[in-house]
Amino acid sequence: MPDFDAKKVAEIHEHLHRHLPSESALRIKALETLLTEKGLVNPETIDKWVEAYSEHIGPKRGAQVVARAWVDPEFRHRLLDDAPAAIDEFSFLGKATGHLKAVENTDQIHNLVVCTLCSCYPFSILGIAPAWYKAAAYRSRAVRDPRGVLQEFGVEIEDDVEVRVWDSTAELRYLVIPQRPPGTDHLDEAALAALVTRNSMIGTDRQLGQS
Amino acid sequence: MDGIHDLGGKQGYGMVDVDEEYGFHHDWEGREWGIAQCARTPGITIDWWRHCRELIMPVDYLNRPYFDSWAQTDFSTYIEAGWMTLEEIKAGKSLLERDDYPDPPAAQSLAEVLQDDHDHAFRFDAEIDAEPAFEIGQPVHTARYGHAGHCRLPQYARDRRGTIHAHHGAHVFPDRSAEGVEIHQHLYTVMFMASELWAEAEDAQDKVYLDLWESYLGGG
Repeated sequence: MPDFDAKKVAEIHEHLHRHLPSESALRIKALETLLTEKGLVNPETIDKWVEAYSEHIGPKRGAQVVARAWVDPEFRHRLLDDAPAAIDEFSFLGKATGHLKAVENTDQIHNLVVCTLCSCYPFSILGIAPAWYKAAAYRSRAVRDPRGVLQEFGVEIEDDVEVRVWDSTAELRYLVIPQRPPGTDHLDEAALAALVTRNSMIGTDRQLGQS
Repeated sequence: MDGIHDLGGKQGYGMVDVDEEYGFHHDWEGREWGIAQCARTPGITIDWWRHCRELIMPVDYLNRPYFDSWAQTDFSTYIEAGWMTLEEIKAGKSLLERDDYPDPPAAQSLAEVLQDDHDHAFRFDAEIDAEPAFEIGQPVHTARYGHAGHCRLPQYARDRRGTIHAHHGAHVFPDRSAEGVEIHQHLYTVMFMASELWAEAEDAQDKVYLDLWESYLGGG
């Protein structure tokens, strides 16, 4: 059991700074080897988690949820009202989505999600977070210069649009519902889902179907 | 703690590197992701783990890749809890003699892992006797100071005036959870005008929303 001794952990980090192997791959190999020898992890199960988040769980799940919200007003209402229950209609509830909140873009509102204190992310519907989401540049600037950050993603926010930044400081996680692109009335739900980008569900993309 | 992790509003970190395809970009990223999902972590709360990540030396926090910093955090929590030693890391093999090691976990299939993901939609809320101190629409003023331990009130939102946007019931209070004590406090989403947070905010309508516990807040 941990002693919850922060002073001791700070000292441990000084030692780790000097003594961990020199490369990321070697450091993680050392961790996996020790955990396996101690019976704290099974490497075959690690393989399956890699497969799960490479092939089965990822932003295509979120895209299906968004497309459903576009075509089914009652589902959209349920998603905005109780997102964990709504995504579980697809069995997409899971890691880090027990307190999911959906926030909706409109002509007047653009939503952008960040975690300034760590890198909280709704894993079970968006999968692994992109590296930029976890990097200092995005975490530091999204709350202070969201329009400048969005420009770097090629997104221009008009002056009359309100930007709402959601800093995930608790166990709530946020999913942006982007706007349905114009001229898509003829598309079915699967074709609509193909238009929904990962970035649009974080808020670093706005006008879908433009590329 | 006023650590390197508290990045909101800090300047000098450059432009965002925006191009990236979905997925793991190195094998070791996937290995660390998997370890984080299925390794046994006796008694280690998410808040204690986050605090141990905050305690990484700034030079390592900023320079080591993200999943690498998870690994360093894992090392620190296992060492602190007595499951691992620095000597073992240097030696690259297990040296510690303990008689209370658990049986090795059985290998799980993909279907079991997907079910496990679904079963781990953790919730952190609970019913408490205390009535919420604030109601939706009420002005609030955030605390002026943090403290040396784990704290989820970022520096940029301290001593600022906001408005209660939503109430989420009572959630596990991370400051104490990081010390091994589980208590619950009312949790709110608080809306701040960008102009309240940043002197240079030009777009008067822009807003920043944070999820904040009741003891971070006072009457407006």
